[in-house]
Amino acid sequence: MVKLPIYMDNNATTPLDPRVLEAMMPYLTQNFGNAASRTHSFGWIAEAAVEKGREQIARLINASSPDEIIFTSGATESDNLALKGIAWGYKSKGNHIITQKTEHKAVLDSCKFLQKEGYDVTYLDVDKYGLVDPETVRAAITDKTILISIMYANSEIGTVQPIREIGEIAKEKGVLFHCDAVQAAGKIPIDMQKTAVDLMALSGHKIYGPKGVGALYIRKKKPFIKAAPLIHGGGHEKGKRSGTLNVPGIVGFGAASELAQKDLPAEMERLKRLRERLREGLTTRLDYVHLNGHPEKRIPGSVNLSFEFVEGESLLMGLKDVAVSSGSACTSASLEPSYVLTAIGVGPELAHTSIRFCVGRFNTEEEVDYVIEAVVKHVTRLRELSPLYEMVLEGIDLNTINWNAEQ
Amino acid sequence: MYDPKVIDHYNNPRNVGSFAKGEEGVGTGIVGAPACGDVMKLQLKINNQGIIEDAKFKTFGCGSAIASSSLATEMVKGKSIDEAYSIKNTEIVNELKLPPVKIHCSVLAEDAIKAAIQDYRKRFSVAVKSASGSADTAKG
Ligand SMILES: Cc1ncc(COP(=O)(O)O)c(C=O)c1O
Ligand code: FES
Repeated sequence: MVKLPIYMDNNATTPLDPRVLEAMMPYLTQNFGNAASRTHSFGWIAEAAVEKGREQIARLINASSPDEIIFTSGATESDNLALKGIAWGYKSKGNHIITQKTEHKAVLDSCKFLQKEGYDVTYLDVDKYGLVDPETVRAAITDKTILISIMYANSEIGTVQPIREIGEIAKEKGVLFHCDAVQAAGKIPIDMQKTAVDLMALSGHKIYGPKGVGALYIRKKKPFIKAAPLIHGGGHEKGKRSGTLNVPGIVGFGAASELAQKDLPAEMERLKRLRERLREGLTTRLDYVHLNGHPEKRIPGSVNLSFEFVEGESLLMGLKDVAVSSGSACTSASLEPSYVLTAIGVGPELAHTSIRFCVGRFNTEEEVDYVIEAVVKHVTRLRELSPLYEMVLEGIDLNTINWNAEQ
Repeated sequence: MYDPKVIDHYNNPRNVGSFAKGEEGVGTGIVGAPACGDVMKLQLKINNQGIIEDAKFKTFGCGSAIASSSLATEMVKGKSIDEAYSIKNTEIVNELKLPPVKIHCSVLAEDAIKAAIQDYRKRFSVAVKSASGSADTAKG
């Protein structure tokens, strides 16, 4: 028997790996020093731990030097620092930023904020798989463009962007390139020696590390990248991010990065197998199931499916022992369907029926099989309750119906 | 997160289904839209005294929408069409303890009852008297 509830929402967050907790424990207890204290061993021990963490994270993305890693409170802050820091730092050079419609809110809302300050932002369209075309990035560049911000992998649909191609274009055009790699780091190989990304946002809690710690990679190159700080104070992190360092968090983030890197090729295979078992199990046993996102260009563990004629929140209610999420408006406070699904052309009627499953390090084949059974059972039951399914079985084309539009 | 009554209606929805096509005395209301994430189909079987003898529903929507329509079928049974027409969504909200974001699910159920009665009246061109009186028999 599988242990319930089953957690299968690993893009939202991941459980702390027990090995990570073990690495952190001394820094939550006896090694409590401030990494900025230069006058005693408490400080030296903390500083050494922080520098080890920096190295582990640098290695995960094959950065040239640990000095390229700036610690933050999480990827939301890292994205804010990249966007606002570069916008402010390069104000004299230009005021144009290029991003895409399916970015995380940390990027989109930073862009909206900058627009109020007078910056111009181009929000590129993506195709039906969520892919941005590198040539549309090229075409959007003007002599006022200071930054391109395109994420590595999307958290909702899992699509992996052509980051290397975009990097080459940015390099050729002399425009800085920021990449939110929160959903890619530790899940697929990232190599900063082969990828012309200048800034990269990372987060601890998506890779079995602790919450509340993240990093911004800033490439060491000439001329130096000037990211203006958001937080002023004691001048920590080379003045780019003041504040006493979260030593246990950084130790955990570092340990988590090392673990993710060590198992990466085998874990990618295992997660892909589990994901495909889930996708195949569901699509062969149920009709009218649609995949959202790219069939191959995706991070290994996540799959987003629309179960036509079954509203997502009602399905989640049936799957009470399974933690997954939905792009349905009914689950959101705003009652708007997912903007990511909207951007890839999934109509609201299908967005309402979408469920995201993200298998992770601690999921097993037995759990996947349990989830398949549970989803098949509840989709079947809810379709018996669905007037739309009944109409379709009677041969009625739902698009020909004049739904009362007053809603 | 959900009231136990919502969960009960979700797990054991009352009166799910559809009446046979062309069945005598049946009014059908379909409200909502797939693009809004909610569609309710409510059918009322009304006898020639103007009393709702039976009701059936099918709903595409969240758990609260399913519960609202399931409850609506229970509420209308045995009522005259005038009584049913005056059912307010607030009765559903109170019974199911729906939170503010789910109030529109109950509004939809109220609309579905009204739409079904209007459909019945149109089909069977019934002249309906006040709530206390007995309705005329269907002419059609
Ligand atoms: C793509 C992406 N960027 C940024 C974030 C924000 O990360 P954090 O929770 O560390 O602030 C997330 C996680 O929600 C994410 O998925
Ligand atoms: S049907 Fe969307 S909130 Fe109830």
